[in-house]
Amino acid sequence: MRVVSRLYRVPLPALAVASLVLMMVALTLVFYVAPNDANQGFSQRIFYFHVPIAFTAYACFAAGAWKALRHLWKRDPLADLESYVAVHQGVIFGTLVLLTGSIWAKISWGHWWLWGEDELVLFLVLFLFYCAYFMLRFSVDPGPQRANLSAVYALFGVVLIPVSFLAIRIAKSFVHPEVFTLHGPNFGGWILVTYCVAQAALLLFAHTLYRVELTGKRLDARLRELRFA
Amino acid sequence: MTTAETYVTAAYCVVFAGVLVYVVLIALKLQRLEREVDELERAAHKAAEDERETVGVG
Repeated sequence: MRVVSRLYRVPLPALAVASLVLMMVALTLVFYVAPNDANQGFSQRIFYFHVPIAFTAYACFAAGAWKALRHLWKRDPLADLESYVAVHQGVIFGTLVLLTGSIWAKISWGHWWLWGEDELVLFLVLFLFYCAYFMLRFSVDPGPQRANLSAVYALFGVVLIPVSFLAIRIAKSFVHPEVFTLHGPNFGGWILVTYCVAQAALLLFAHTLYRVELTGKRLDARLRELRFA
Repeated sequence: MTTAETYVTAAYCVVFAGVLVYVVLIALKLQRLEREVDELERAAHKAAEDERETVGVG
């Protein structure tokens, strides 16, 4: 939590530059340093962005749930908007997970989508659940009722994250690769380094986008207050 | 370009396009906020001028 609270103190332009630099380093590692996978060859390079984007989406949904809890528990006046922005980011990254995953599935398995795969279907359920969050939120007039309903919904959704993450481990037959086991990641060397840098880049990038969107939303809310003052 | 390279390029382009669309939407929102600030500024100036005129006449 301290790392996150320290990140809030970093000015937005510095954060944007840092995430851009880290993203460039990650892309260089992906295309010039990481070796070709023995089984999948060049197409495995989708992994370096697909998996970090998936974890970033989970992190955004978890952050949304944490802020929702703060809204309900501490009555933090800023928490509702923060929760909404985090869920919004999660849905954006979730869309990217589904799109990049589909492309990877096509080249690896020969199908854009497999309905028999628990991991895929559960991620889709999680994604659709959070898409419905917006329908709920915008069907209620702005105010405490909207904030409370949205917070409860965001908290319920967080239960689906471990289910989605563990689905691959509890599934009896699967084609989706298991990259993280109880004994650590199933890879090492430059593949691990590249993955870690890409994960750090994506998390920092998501945090930067979160801060940009949150600043815009707060400005919007303040302007609305001024207009009706 | 091999099939694998085409698909990898497509995946990374999808990510890039997704981020680009997001940035465009944020930019449009910022433009709208700027317009609203301009409107409020004009309304504030007008209110100040009206107040001065009222004081001058009185």
